[in-house]
Formats: sequence, C-alpha cells, structure tokens
Amino acid sequence: MLELDAVTAGYDRRAPVVRGASLTVAPGESVGLLGPSGCGKSTLARVAALLHRPDAGRLVLDGTEVRAWRHRAPRELRTAVGVVFQQPRTAADPRLTLADLVVEPLRATGRRAEADARLAELAPAVGLTPDLLVRRPHEVSDGQLQRACLARALTLRPRWLICDEMTAMLDASTTAALVAAVEAYRAETGAGLLAVGHDRVLLNRWCDRTVEWKDCLPAGK
Amino acid sequence: MNAPRASKAPKTPGTPGAPGASGTLDTPGTPGVPGVPEDKLLRALDAVTAGRAEDAVLSVRGLTVRFRLRGGRTVDAVSDADFDLAAGECLALVGESGCGKSVLASALLGLLPGNAETSGTALLVSPDGQDGTDLLAADEKTLARTVRGRRAGLVPQSPAAHLTPVRTVRSQLEETVRALTGTSRRVRRAAAEEAAGRTAFPADHLDRHPHELSGGLAQRAATALALIGDARLLLADEPTTGLDRDLVDRTVDELRRHADDGRALLLITHDLAAAERIADRVAVMYAGRIVEIAPAHRFFGPAGPRHPYARGLLDALPDRAFAPIPGMPPELSDLPGGCAFAPRCPRATDLCATRPEPAAGVACHHPERPRA
Repeated sequence: MLELDAVTAGYDRRAPVVRGASLTVAPGESVGLLGPSGCGKSTLARVAALLHRPDAGRLVLDGTEVRAWRHRAPRELRTAVGVVFQQPRTAADPRLTLADLVVEPLRATGRRAEADARLAELAPAVGLTPDLLVRRPHEVSDGQLQRACLARALTLRPRWLICDEMTAMLDASTTAALVAAVEAYRAETGAGLLAVGHDRVLLNRWCDRTVEWKDCLPAGK
Repeated sequence: MNAPRASKAPKTPGTPGAPGASGTLDTPGTPGVPGVPEDKLLRALDAVTAGRAEDAVLSVRGLTVRFRLRGGRTVDAVSDADFDLAAGECLALVGESGCGKSVLASALLGLLPGNAETSGTALLVSPDGQDGTDLLAADEKTLARTVRGRRAGLVPQSPAAHLTPVRTVRSQLEETVRALTGTSRRVRRAAAEEAAGRTAFPADHLDRHPHELSGGLAQRAATALALIGDARLLLADEPTTGLDRDLVDRTVDELRRHADDGRALLLITHDLAAAERIADRVAVMYAGRIVEIAPAHRFFGPAGPRHPYARGLLDALPDRAFAPIPGMPPELSDLPGGCAFAPRCPRATDLCATRPEPAAGVACHHPERPRA
C-alpha cells in the first residue's frame, strides 16, 4: 500500500500548495491523479516519491511510515520508489551518456557489477538502441531522453512507480510506447503506479482508476 | 479595430459549410448535411481548401535546410518542403520531436544558426498584394526591418522564456509598439492596452512581471506581442507545450480567432488533439520531409490519413488504438536512401528503397485506402 494521509505541503509554511490531501494506491494498482496545472498535484507526487517533506500528514509505504525525506530517507525506502518527471532535459545529468544515466542508480547504491546485465534488459524494454546508449542528452531528442529516464526509474526494480506528467512533452507514438513499457514492467513485477497528469483521455485509458484532485482534498475545501 | 483587417480578407474561411474552420467539432468525423451524399460533401470541402492556395500569403517550394557539422557530417533537418498557406487558414504541421518542424519555422524567420544551408523558396506576399519577398533569399536587414514582427509574427514555444523577466508586460508591449509602429509616446499607452485587449489579456495584469503570470496569461502576453505588427502570417511553434487541456483549448481557440481575422496561421505542434481542434489542413512531417498534407476533416475523420506513418501516429492516441509505431525515427544525419519510414512500415516492399515522390498530397508507394 502507498498511503498519503492528510498531507499538507508546499514551499512556504504560511501558504501551503497542498492542504490535507489523501490518496491510497493498493499493491499492483494503477491510479491516475487528474488536476489542472498549478493545483499542487506535482507537489503531492514529490511527497509520494520521498522528494519533498510535507509540513503535516503522513506517507506510509507498505506499512512503514516515512519519517525522513530526500537523502535522509533510508535507502530501502528510497529504492522502493521510481520516479519519472515531465521534463527529461532537466532530469538528466548532461555529462552522462544514456547508458550511464540508466545504470546510475546501481552505481549510487554500490551495485555497479550488475550494471551491464541490467542495461541489457532495460534498453530493449524502453526501445533504446545501442547507438543511442553511447550518446549524451544533447545528442538525442526529448522522446529518446525520456525513454532513458524511464529506464533509470526501473533500474532498481521499484515496487512503486510515480510518473509526473511523464508524456506531456511527447508525441502520440512515443507516449503509447512509454506507457506500454511501464505496463510491461508492472505486469512482470506487480509494481503499483501513481500517474499524475492533466490528460483525462490518457489516464482513463492507462490506469485502473482515475481520481480527481478535488476528491483528494477534505470535503468542503 | 478589426475592421481594416476584415476588409483585407475576402475569402475568410469559417463561412457556413466549412467545418473544421470553426474548430468546435466534438467528435472526429465529417458532419453530415441532410440531403447531401457524404462523398460529394467531402469533395466540396476539398475544393474549399484547394481554393485557398490561390489566395496564398505564404508559398513554400522545395524548402531544404542542412546543417554542416564538424567532421564533414550533415544533418538533413528539412528536405523539399512544399506548401501554401492562405489568409484565414490554419495549417497544422505535426510530427514527433526532432523531425524538423521547428527548424522549418526558424528558416522562415531567418533565425537559423550560421552553419545552416538553405535552398528553395518561401514567398511571403507583400501587404499591397504585389509580388512578395523570398524569405530564404532576403538579407538580414530586410528580415529585421520589414519581415519579423511586421509581416510574420512568432508565437513562441515558451512565453516565460520569450518575455523579459525584469520588465512588466506593459513596458514590453509599449516597447514593441514603439519599435514596430513608431506610435508617439502620447498614444503608446493606449496602443499597448489595445494590443493586450486583442488577446484578452486582462488590463489589470499589465503592470505585472512575467513570473507573476499564470502559463495561460503569459501565453496571451506573448501572443499580444506577436500581433502588434499586424502581421498577416503567424507562426506558432508548439504554443501549448506544458499547458493543461483546458488551457490548450483556450490558447488554440484564440489562435484560430486570429486566423479568422484574416491571418494565415502555421501551427507547429506534436499535439494532435490541438491540431484537430483548429486546423483546416494537416501536414505530417517525418524525418524532415512532409509525407502527407490533407484537409483536417479527412485526416481526423472516418476516411483517415493515407500515409502509413500518419495513420500510425493517429492510432497511437489514447482514444484510438493506443498502439505505438514500432521502432524509432532515423537519425537526420544518417537518413536511408529510399523512404525514411520504410524500416518501421508494415506495408514496405522492395519499391520503398526508392524515395516516393508526393502525389495527391501523399509521399508513399503504398498509401492506405480510405477507411470509410
């Protein structure tokens, strides 16, 4: 279970962006969170991904309440969640080749030895060809870079996947390809998914259920 | 204030019987007209579209852009693009990222980097309707003084990056009014407010800085700047990237209104839903080539596109088959000799080793039959 319970979060304690939002994703379930731009849904996604410490409220991951965030979070919690962001350009280190980008999580967790084998599994799964893997981000298109960012999110085989507007920058075919890659991973591992976005048609087609942002907030707000 | 422009656009589409122009079709498909057979209706709609070519504001022929890289490599960003764009018409140029769409727009505005080589012609008619300017041959002085902002306006991809962060919207509007129209200081304020009003930018937000605006308002401010010179050609390069669906709809509807005022609108986008909403015609670009140009009602309607790539792109939409096209586009620096789509194409044969020439709007040896 991924449980967000009455989460209040933001960038200024006096004016939180998210006030008391609650959302639950069951193991293996895919939930789409729909909301207009600027509503705070990305901030909630960052809380779920352990990237943003909420001002109030709880995040419980598979029965463990999260008490530390970002680099302070224990590794076994951090690696249970994979994240894909909207903008691959700002989410990729421009100095790394796509191959290094994909296996960086293994290096960061001291499992460099597994890198070659994992890369050989992931590259075809997201549609990256060998000639692309040796390039750096400025030498590939947005769609190709986002494929690498998705592969990176899957490298450590997370139990949970958070996709924050993963396909907003992409054309229809690349969108369908990336969603298919996420679903293949979930079918294989039983991972749960929280997909945040504003495209109702896409999320309805993609997810088991979709939740409106306003329905995550306390009644009367 | 629209009166002088309206009189310049005698063939403004959006007249009754030209669906697609209104941009409000909820369901894909050709609206039926009682008592008129479907095929006759489609032919009539095609004729309306063809009629606009004679009224072209912009005529592009054989537009080719190559970049020379160090080491002797070349990138074929745009190859042999041909299209016409008429007053009052919206042509959507669609394709995946990196296919050359934005390079085409930059070429039309003379904004390519120094290592670019262009060929072909892009004739922009003069305001008086006399023989126009070839945008690809014009020197920088001509482009800067008479074309950019005055005869061709750019609606940018990222308004936040396009606007100066350190000055208010009002000051940027007034500066543009001064630079483009030479309006005296006394009436400049009113002219700036009028420009803002044209894009429904709220007057009480004029004294704000760009970072104090929402994405939608920043887009309107940038559009207002593009409209000040009263250019007859508007180039909108991915104007809706990163906006949510409601805002996308509002933004493209506004662009459609500016086209209905008699401007020619080139909408460059990867968002097929936005193109469907406002375009009269759709041009599909793949690996730097326009592989199909079709009337929007045909492209999105039951007949469907005829190029296998265009059909694959449409079928990838979540409200259709949601199936990706297998494989990835070729590198623009290493294009195959024949049809660039052949390696991914379910219909490819030996014939596809030679490049298909465009015929009836489709560049394909094995175009698909209309679905309906």
